[in-house]
Formats: sequence, C-alpha cells, structure tokens
Amino acid sequence: MSAPTTNVRAGISARTVVWLQGFAGLAGFAALLEILPRSGLISPLYLPPFSTIVAALFKETMSAEFWTALGDTLEAWAIGLVISVLAGVVIGIAIGSSNAVRTLTHSTIEFLRPIPSVALIPLAVLLFGSQIQSTLVLVVYASFWPVLIQVLYGVQDVDPVARETARSYGLGNWAQIRYVIWPTTLPYLMTGIRLAAAVALILAITSEVAIDTQGLGKQIADTESGGAVAIMYAYVIVAGIIGVIVNVGARALERRLLAWHPSMRLDNAGARA
Amino acid sequence: MKSGMPSLSRRIAVMLSLPAALIAAWWFASAGSQNFYFPPLRTIVETFGKLWFSPQAIHNIAPSLVRFSIGYIAAAILGIAIGIPVGASRNLRNVLEPVLEFLRAIPPPVLVPVLILFAGLGNEMKALVIVFGCIWPVLLNTVAGVRALDEVLAEVVRSYRIGAIARFWHFILPGASPQIFTGLRQSLSIGIILMVISEMFAARDGIGFALVQYQRSFAIPEMWSAIILLGIIGIALSMIFRAFEAWILGWYHGLRQSQRAN
Repeated sequence: MSAPTTNVRAGISARTVVWLQGFAGLAGFAALLEILPRSGLISPLYLPPFSTIVAALFKETMSAEFWTALGDTLEAWAIGLVISVLAGVVIGIAIGSSNAVRTLTHSTIEFLRPIPSVALIPLAVLLFGSQIQSTLVLVVYASFWPVLIQVLYGVQDVDPVARETARSYGLGNWAQIRYVIWPTTLPYLMTGIRLAAAVALILAITSEVAIDTQGLGKQIADTESGGAVAIMYAYVIVAGIIGVIVNVGARALERRLLAWHPSMRLDNAGARA
Repeated sequence: MKSGMPSLSRRIAVMLSLPAALIAAWWFASAGSQNFYFPPLRTIVETFGKLWFSPQAIHNIAPSLVRFSIGYIAAAILGIAIGIPVGASRNLRNVLEPVLEFLRAIPPPVLVPVLILFAGLGNEMKALVIVFGCIWPVLLNTVAGVRALDEVLAEVVRSYRIGAIARFWHFILPGASPQIFTGLRQSLSIGIILMVISEMFAARDGIGFALVQYQRSFAIPEMWSAIILLGIIGIALSMIFRAFEAWILGWYHGLRQSQRAN
C-alpha cells in the first residue's frame, strides 16, 4: 500500500527494512521472555526462561511422542476441515441456488450458527469417548458455518445476466454450476476456507485439552498437570507456529487460486461505473 | 427485493416455519426413544424447566456470564487501546506485527493450563483466559482499521490542527469502527468457547462446570438441557451484539447502502 520508495537513503530496500523490523520485534519478544523470569519479576516456576523452553522444545522434537502428537492434531484438523468444506460447498450451492430455499432456511442457519461447538463436548465424549471422532464432531460443527455462509454470499453474488445467458444457451444445471456459479463463488469460498482453517485448528486443540483425545493439546494439559512447565511452553509455541503456518498458508493459497480474479473484478467495476 | 416487500406476518411465518418443523420432527422422532443418549425431547424440556428456571440456577448462570462479560469487555478496551497507536505508526506496526501474528495464532484454549499456573483456579484465571483469547482479533482488526483510514481526511484533520482528543473521538474511532466491529464479532464466539472450556477444566460453578458434571454422572436429560441453554446463550449474545452493532454502525451501513444505490 505504501509507496515502494520509502527508504532508499541507505541503499536498503524498504522490504528489507520491514523484515529487519519484524525480526527485531520477535527478538525483543524472546528477550523479554528470557529477562522476565531471570530477573524474578515472574517466577521461573511459572514461566521458565526462553532459552530453557527452546532447549526443552529441541529435546522434545527428538522424541517419537512429539511427532505422534503433532501428526494426530494435524490429522484431525485436516479431516475435519475437508468434511466441512465439502459439506459447506454442496449444501451452500444447493440452498443458495433457490431463492425460496434460501429464505426458508435463513433463520435456521442464523439460529444454529452461534451455538458454541464446545457445548457438544459432553455429547461427543459419551458417544465416542476420546477417539478422533469426538474431535471431528467439534471441528466440523465449528468450521462448517464459515464455509456455508461464505458460499451462500458467493452464490447470491452471481450476476443474474450471466445466469440468464447461460440458461438461454441451454447450459444444463451441472454446466451452470461449473461455469457460472463456481467462478463467482470461489473468492468467497476461499475466505470461508481461510476462516474455517483457523477455527478448525482451535477446536482440534480444544478437544485435545478438554476431552483428552491424542494430540498437542493433550500434551499441553498433561505436562501442565505433571509439572513439566518448560515442555508445556514448548508445546504452546509449537501450537502457535502451526497456527501461523495455517494462517499464512491459507492466505497464500487464496492469492494463488485467485490470481486471475481481483484485477478482472476491478476492471469490471471500472467499466460499469 | 424492493418490489412487493412481503408483509411482516408473512415474513415471520417464513422465518419460523422451518425451525418449528425441525423441532416438531425432533419431538416426534424422539417421543418413544429408548436410546439412553437421546432421550425424548419432552423429557429434556421438562428437565430444562426444572433445572434452569429454579432459583438455584442463578448460581451456575450468573458466574459464567459475569466472567464472560468482564473478560470480553476488558479485551475489547485493551485491544482498541493498543491497536490504535500500533495502527497509526508504521514503524511500531512493522516491529510488532510478527509477534502479534504469532500470539494470535496460538489456539486460545491452550492458555487454560498456562494461566492456571499464574492465576490458580479462581475467577481471575477464567477472566484472564477470555481476555487473552479475545484480545487478538480486536487488536489486529483495530490496527487494520486505523491503517486504512481515509488519507484525505487525515490531511484535513492535520491541516485544521484538530486536537488529539477530538481527533480520536471524531476521526480515528469512527473511521476504524467497521473493522473494529469485525474483530469484536470474531472475539464473541472465542469468548464463549473459553468461558465454557475454562469452567470445564477447573471450576466449582458455571454452566460449563454443570455440563461436565451432568455428563460424568450420566444425567443425560440434564446434560441435553445444559447444551440447549448454552445454545440459547450463544444466540442471545449474538443478537445483543448485532443490535449493538446496528446502533453504533447505523451510519456506516446507511452510507454503504446509499453508495450502492448510486
């Protein structure tokens, strides 16, 4: 957004400066985490120095347990997300394609959506115990709604003229979905997937903390109750890093899949105005 | 949509028809249910009335709502207060952005065990968990909102030498408010999740605590009634939020609509 020639004074590109500043911020945060416990402002029993956490993290990555936990979390996250996206797309297109169905279902969707998925925890426990299905129930319930809502917005945004044209040319239902509805819906869907990916990770780890299903969340809860505080923080950091990767990855995927889109959209808007 | 706005009664009928049909379907499908985990809806409703309309119910509902409100409001104020200076200064933003992105990406429920270490099992812990979970969406959206303020308006404000306080109330806060509300909305559902989770993990009262107790003692109709109560609270909070947003952001939605009409 800013002009590219903001900092040419020292011959360093503006981009490098931003990188350096961000790096300085992270380094400062790490230093803070080192100094606070060492100076005694926070008891090292509650927050071990950053170096101790990193050492614990390094040691953990040598164990098979760590990689199993990581794999379990990612597995539940990925399966849950795929189910939500597929269900959201199919149901969204089905509901969105008909005005009558959309008005009829609107209130029900608005009622079901804000129900907190964690309310389903006891039910999941009773039905599935601490198996992966419990996690999936929570992940799917939470991440389905953002996808559905975005797909509904997207289908609603389809240009009526394009739709009429497709119909006049005798495109079948399937071809209409493929060539008219899908391209308009895709940007909305990508936003939905980005939101759903983050929510799915939160719920996957929530269920591991609360129901004891295998994964990073269980490791965090177990190490806390076992008093292994440094290892607990190591797992918290891993959870954060995965969160960052999910967010950044979803954004990158969105940019890549929609590379054709925004420019075209802007041109269209300009032509219409 | 503009032509032939259906009458209010018709719209209400359309709105209620599907939920009514679904509830009726649940009612009749479960009427003779012998399944231990899926008791008849009739039983659940009776239990609900007994359990949550009794004077004792306040001992479980009130603590949850108090913790939620304190944590959520504190997160909103802190998030906006920190977000505005960060959004206004490019250097500050560049330095803090990676750290904030990392903190936001930590799934908030893992903070429950962490904060138990610091704040024990009391109410402070639960409010803190909610603050720590809810602050990031508000903060990052405030940063984005302040960053995207209208440049021309900013120049005007500067040229007229409008004081800091007036600038804050009349320019920065309203200009960034649509984005801030996006953050507040995201935080709302995170806050409810954390309220329930922190009570499930370690509490002596609260709806989350009651829910887990019923599940552990296999009091299935009671458990279902608590699930429904949480659903109703979730719906009620989102409706209150929407009314609040419509009240504060009414000018903005009106502006958008008139722009679209042109």
